[in-house]
Amino acid sequence: MSDLPPDVEALIGVRQYEETAEFPVERGYIWNTCAAVQNGNPLFWDDAVADAVTGGPIAPPTTLSLWMRPHYWSPGHAGERLALRVHFDMKARFDLPEAIIGDNTLVFYEPVRPGDVITHAQVLRSVSDVKTLHLGTGRWWNIDVEYWNQQGETVGVESYAGFGYRKPGQ
Amino acid sequence: MTLVLDDVAVGQQVPPLSFDVTATIVVLGAIASRDWRPMHHDHDFAVHHQGLKDIFLNTPNQAAWFERYLTDWTGPCGRLGRMTFRMKGSVFPGDTMVLEGTVTDVDVDDTGCGWAGLAVTLSVGGDVKTACSARIAIPTTADDNPWSRNGDQWNP
Repeated sequence: MSDLPPDVEALIGVRQYEETAEFPVERGYIWNTCAAVQNGNPLFWDDAVADAVTGGPIAPPTTLSLWMRPHYWSPGHAGERLALRVHFDMKARFDLPEAIIGDNTLVFYEPVRPGDVITHAQVLRSVSDVKTLHLGTGRWWNIDVEYWNQQGETVGVESYAGFGYRKPGQ
Repeated sequence: MTLVLDDVAVGQQVPPLSFDVTATIVVLGAIASRDWRPMHHDHDFAVHHQGLKDIFLNTPNQAAWFERYLTDWTGPCGRLGRMTFRMKGSVFPGDTMVLEGTVTDVDVDDTGCGWAGLAVTLSVGGDVKTACSARIAIPTTADDNPWSRNGDQWNP
């Protein structure tokens, strides 16, 4: 039987923190991403190839999270803005000062294209009972981040396994 | 050249990619992925506040390296469906990272889409820093194009 508090149990499967990107998908970041890893895939550099293969330019699939990352600063916001807020909520809820991310899974659906405006939401999928690992004692949680475009088509899902913990003696 | 599924077999090795990581590469990758956290661009923060050797490659940038590695192999018709990775250690400026991959399975799904599964590692000096498993769609024939699939014809 689960020992989860009812308020945490009530969050499982619920879309939280739905947000729409602060800017549309644009080719500058596509080219910066390719430049950073020296990715010469002609899909991203040659529009004739992109037209033939993908029906026009697309973003590299692994840029999924890029489009939703907040500006470092913008009017009305102060301080660092956190990306995976449910993860930090769980740390706070269970008073676990440390955390690691274990496996990270990316699943890609409809291609992301320049001009798309991406929206995402975070979904807490599960929280484990208390576990003790070599790092310390805490809980695992699984969080999905779902991404969709302005047509409501799913473009990708990221899944994170986080372990929040307290070190021995902490 | 675009790979087709008949060119792929379980146990096949993907040609390795070796790359000398510099501070510029780490910072470029972090900023390109809009990751503003200081451990990816601020040497003083990484060393004196986090007790690390140096700034290090961030997670989305590593995903981009894996994507580049896989599509260098498949060509532009290769369509990434899924990747899972686990970071075991950090990659710092001055490291020579090596990406290596092995085909773990080859199949055609119920919709006729061809897939290769791969185990990929990113290593430095023989130590695996990140382990990745990936599933990438590969044309079944020279006329096939996985990018033309959507909806229930695309099951990554």
